[in-house]
Amino acid sequence: MKNRAGEITSAIWLVVGFGFLYLPIVTLITLSFNESPLVTTWTGFSFKWYGALIRDVPIIEGFVLSIKIALLTATASVVLGTFAAVAITRFKRFPGRTLLTGMVNSPLVMPEVIIGLSLLLMLVSVQRATGYPDRGMLTIWLGHTLLGMAYATVVISSRLQEMNPQLEEAGLDLGAQPWQVFFLITLPLISQSLMSAWLLTFTLSLDDVVLSAFLSGPGSTTLPITIFSRARLGLNPTVNAVATLTVLVVSVGVVIASVWLARAEKRRAREMAAAFRITT
Amino acid sequence: MARSAHPAAGQGDAPFLRLTSIVKKFGDSVAVDGVSLDITKGEIFALLGSSGCGKSTLLRMLGGFEQPTSGQILLEGQDLVRLPPNERPVNMMFQSYALFPHLTVWDNVAFGLRRDGLPKDEIAERVEKMLAMVQLTPYGKRKPHQLSGGQQQRVALARSLVKRPKLLLLDEPLGALDKKLRERTQLEVVDIIHQVGVTCVMVTHDQEEAMTMASRIGIMSEGQILQVGRPGDIYETPNCMFVADFIGSVNLFKGRVTEDEADHVIIDSPECRHYVSHGITGTPDMEVHVAIRPEKMGIQEAAPGPDDYDNPVEVGFNCAQGTIRDLAYLGDQTIYHVVLGTGAVVKVTKANDARHDEARLANGSSVHVWWWGSDLVVLTQ
Amino acid sequence: MWQGILESFMGHVGRRFVISVPMVFLLLVFAMPFLVVFKISISEVDGVRFVDLLTWVDGVLKLQLKFTNYRVIFFEDDLYLRAYLSSLGFAGITTGICLAIGYPFAYFLARSRPEIRPGLLMLLMLPFWTSFLLRVYAWKMLLADNGVFNNVAIALGVLAEPVKMMNTPFSLTLGMVYTYLPFMVLPLYANLVKMDIRLLEAARDLGASPWQAFWRITVPLSRGGIIAGALLVFIPCVGEFVIPELLGGPQTLMIGRVLWDEFFSNNDWPMASSVAVVMVLLIILPLALFNKFQAESTQGGRR
Repeated sequence: MKNRAGEITSAIWLVVGFGFLYLPIVTLITLSFNESPLVTTWTGFSFKWYGALIRDVPIIEGFVLSIKIALLTATASVVLGTFAAVAITRFKRFPGRTLLTGMVNSPLVMPEVIIGLSLLLMLVSVQRATGYPDRGMLTIWLGHTLLGMAYATVVISSRLQEMNPQLEEAGLDLGAQPWQVFFLITLPLISQSLMSAWLLTFTLSLDDVVLSAFLSGPGSTTLPITIFSRARLGLNPTVNAVATLTVLVVSVGVVIASVWLARAEKRRAREMAAAFRITT
Repeated sequence: MARSAHPAAGQGDAPFLRLTSIVKKFGDSVAVDGVSLDITKGEIFALLGSSGCGKSTLLRMLGGFEQPTSGQILLEGQDLVRLPPNERPVNMMFQSYALFPHLTVWDNVAFGLRRDGLPKDEIAERVEKMLAMVQLTPYGKRKPHQLSGGQQQRVALARSLVKRPKLLLLDEPLGALDKKLRERTQLEVVDIIHQVGVTCVMVTHDQEEAMTMASRIGIMSEGQILQVGRPGDIYETPNCMFVADFIGSVNLFKGRVTEDEADHVIIDSPECRHYVSHGITGTPDMEVHVAIRPEKMGIQEAAPGPDDYDNPVEVGFNCAQGTIRDLAYLGDQTIYHVVLGTGAVVKVTKANDARHDEARLANGSSVHVWWWGSDLVVLTQ
Repeated sequence: MWQGILESFMGHVGRRFVISVPMVFLLLVFAMPFLVVFKISISEVDGVRFVDLLTWVDGVLKLQLKFTNYRVIFFEDDLYLRAYLSSLGFAGITTGICLAIGYPFAYFLARSRPEIRPGLLMLLMLPFWTSFLLRVYAWKMLLADNGVFNNVAIALGVLAEPVKMMNTPFSLTLGMVYTYLPFMVLPLYANLVKMDIRLLEAARDLGASPWQAFWRITVPLSRGGIIAGALLVFIPCVGEFVIPELLGGPQTLMIGRVLWDEFFSNNDWPMASSVAVVMVLLIILPLALFNKFQAESTQGGRR
């Protein structure tokens, strides 16, 4: 739609849409600097909530635990996701293929209360029979990895499909064994998607409430659980501080990633141009 | 119905590469329908056909990327069908080049040698030699996306040759290049292949490419090989209508054999009577097609006389009258489309071998077209 | 076919390994739990333990299946049925609104100038990467009776007294639309950005107005994106818990909260399990549709 009316509508819709998306974020950031704990009044600019944050033991402990779980989840998700993605996109029909595909894709949409409840009940049954495992970091990690694996598989599959299959054939043709083809050719070419999958599942795990709530045990309270409990009771200014810090870290990360990608593109374009200036 | 059974040609007796009754089915559809071929060592053999004829599938079976449903492939007596692609002494140059984007040109070419576990200096020496052969020595450190299409093609060629395979497979090697580049590269590639001394099977849909590059061509259609032979043989002596029509242009007349002698044959068709200067195997009164190439026909306003034929007996035969419906002036030649009395249209090409042609023909001119009996080919299928 | 090339030469062991690792993991962590849930939903509770379904009593194999919970859900206490219907309703409305807002959003994104598009995409993804919990919490601050909206409106004189927005169907829907909008926009965007503009130019060339071209060509071609987006929003919304808990109220009955309460507050595990089983049955049709859709898109590369 090249006409004027179309352009104006487009701009308005996008601005309003983005405004809607960012309104809560802006609010959180602004109010985190509010001296008053109340939303109603602005009493002055203050860092006191950030100070309170550092002394807030449950939050710090929750944060540390969440990071640990997130690191483990992301790594396990990417590994399992790669297996699943390779099996689904590269293998011919095998018995159980539909089952695997269904199981890998369902956690993407399945309500977390169902996943959480069912996984918990199974773990409890196992615990009653064998005395292991206790609910805690391991059980939370299991639930997160299930969800993470689903996302990782989608990301990695899509890249695997885009990849020119003749590249792997060329590898074989030149004498590489199948496992060499995978490690020397396939893996380097999907590495960017592996990284994206890792970051995605890391974020997902860090942010998860429901699964963590069902699967946690005494002493394994994650940061989202802590925040959620406080949020249920009412408004809490330290949460604003946490939010602002999160947004800051994420924004910096996303901006760095985008800038880096853009620079890599520009560099590539320059090199291409240079290549063509030299005669064949 | 496979047509050619082990036609031997080229130097040497023992077939270097022998395909026997290769069949490939995908579910119910048959991609390759009983192909048998003998390839001699050192030759460049082209599989020529339009898309879907099975040539690519056949090539992939040679490379090991498809398994034949039945049939045998013997390379110097070694059964290839059992071997996976990484164990065959065969290398392929892919249609998309398939250069590894994350490796430099140098590493791309060295890849196969490294997998063989060769010592570092030998690898370096061979890679350098190969890059020099394809004239890409200064580009060793570049990545594929930093090269032009022609350069990428040369890297792909170098990569597939550096291991000195017994058999080189080329899949539409010049398809991605523009016309001018293609013409130049065709001969360069043939040179390089001869320098390295590998036997080569290539697949193409481009007649010119096959005719320029190959020592022998196999015409494929619908999973079968219709004719195998040297480019000249195929062009001048096609064995069926499909082949005659596929390579270059051809005029076909349908007729009936009225006189069948050892040294000549007379065929009656609605347009004219044909005097063919050689005998054919067949029955009297047989229905046949007679083929004549456009460049072998003459075109002029006056009727041809005894001096126009190489055998005066042919006066009264091998000639038809008509009007010029279209003509296309192409600089080096002119193409005429002539409508004959029966409504049939024939194509005649004439080289413009003089700068100023006083008797230049025009649209609508009434003309005679004629040809020599020795240039006629009789086709029974 | 290339598919299967790598695999055919990996050897039997290699191939089996690659398939079984994810398969075993998923069977243990995803499939088995469902069986356990189903079993518990029909088990008798003996104090704290679950009574086995199959027991030997005097040399006779006895099967005990307790369907009481299901009877309660379907026939006795209408809370559950109301909660299911309400959840489906809210999920449906949320999906509809997300589509209405998200489609133009995705469309304008896809048609935006290529220079600014990566920037816009980055802006779109940024909220997605920040904690959704925190952003939903922020709406509490915005919508509360003494929250930001009301305060600003009163201060500006637009309102005389605060409008109740919190803990209403409005706040719940707003929260859900807010959270799930990116899930609708992304698949739509991915679909629309790949669409060949020349198709639209051809339509215009043949006499269609921009509006007609949009409805007759763009929309049908983006069907895949619409379906994907709709399923990605609808199915999880049905069982959503956090948003109803933080932004919902007495009028917003959602089955996710019911399940949570049965489990954490009432400690009635068999009941919670039954609720879960029925919820799964509810979403099994859209879920199957989603799986089919995903399978088809990964088959795209097959010759």
